[in-house]
Amino acid sequence: MDYMIRDKIKKVKKGDQSAYEDIVVLFQSRIYHHCYRMLGNAHEAEDIAQEAFIRAYVNIHSYDDKRKFSTWLYRIATNLTIDRIRKRKPDYFLDAEIKGTEGLNMYSQLATKDRLPEEEVQGMELQHHIYQEIANLSPIYRSIITLRYLEEFSLKEISEIMDLPLGTVKTRIHRGREALRKKLRHV
Amino acid sequence: MDCKNEVVELMHEYLDGDITKEDETKLGKHLEGCKACQQHFHELKNTITLIKSTVETKEVPPKFTENVMKNLPTEKKRVKYMRWFRAHPVLTAAAIFFVFLFSGILSTWHQDTRLVVSKQEDLIIKGDTVIVPEGVTVEGDLVVKNGNLKIDGTVDGKVTLIKGKLIQEDSDEVLDGENLMASAGEVNGEFESVNKVFEWIWYSFKSLVEGIFSFDS
Repeated sequence: MDYMIRDKIKKVKKGDQSAYEDIVVLFQSRIYHHCYRMLGNAHEAEDIAQEAFIRAYVNIHSYDDKRKFSTWLYRIATNLTIDRIRKRKPDYFLDAEIKGTEGLNMYSQLATKDRLPEEEVQGMELQHHIYQEIANLSPIYRSIITLRYLEEFSLKEISEIMDLPLGTVKTRIHRGREALRKKLRHV
Repeated sequence: MDCKNEVVELMHEYLDGDITKEDETKLGKHLEGCKACQQHFHELKNTITLIKSTVETKEVPPKFTENVMKNLPTEKKRVKYMRWFRAHPVLTAAAIFFVFLFSGILSTWHQDTRLVVSKQEDLIIKGDTVIVPEGVTVEGDLVVKNGNLKIDGTVDGKVTLIKGKLIQEDSDEVLDGENLMASAGEVNGEFESVNKVFEWIWYSFKSLVEGIFSFDS
């Protein structure tokens, strides 16, 4: 497997574009899912995952053969998702006052939070709630938690992907776990 | 023991799988006697289980790979060629050789307008027309360049006509090789007429190769 990847990369470096197709096929699912987990939106995830593969191709000469290709690819994808999250601007704030009204804000425009019994699909609700809490973490914490628990990378691999010292990754994963524990303790 | 810091730190080390045996025993002992820490530890483990439960597999969008491949930048042609040349030095040298060879052949095609005849014994040259008179037999190959040829006699060999026409006796009709045998003169060999650049290149190239391989025979 590793040998096959190395061989393909060598060909890509020599200018064989078609060899890159096999690389994309091999990693597309993992990179797409990673982007989806980070962004929570299928359309954006597709966009960023595509961008990650294109960037990897353009910069293939800066990839060092001695390191793992997947780590390098994940780093590109992670950086892109973090950038994208940071660039997002909320369209509006729920508690901003609506122009032309007095004391009315967007909260008053929202439908009641009570759901109809048939909408109460417990499992889905819970998953969504947990996902929301992970999404509320800052992008760096979110990527570390995602890489660790949803993609099951080791701490050392995460430190390579995030380009952070191992100690920093540990501190952040501890804090991330604590933050989520506080949010999810009553679930 | 300080529950709030030291023990929580141990819990995290445990969860990361890099707790020492010693610390693990220490943690275990503390948890047995401390309800608050037990609760904390339980919540942490539960949190991890909850995080893991959100794993959901989605289909990769259709045509994902196709779209990536379509959007890859195409290399500049020059870069592509340079890379190819560097990868194949022998072929590159051969290609350069042929470029010089053909440009040399081409320039002689365009520049050379002198009438050249390979054999002159018994042949009559009138202006730009070479005549093999009646009753005369040319032995061996005959090459006429930049001139017309009229054969009334016989040629015992191959006739090559470069940038010229074959003229039939007493008329301006131009013959091609196939009709030659019916005319007054006779060619007992191949007849070749070279009137186009490509034919010229082919002819020059052929003679070069023949020249090389017949050198010692």
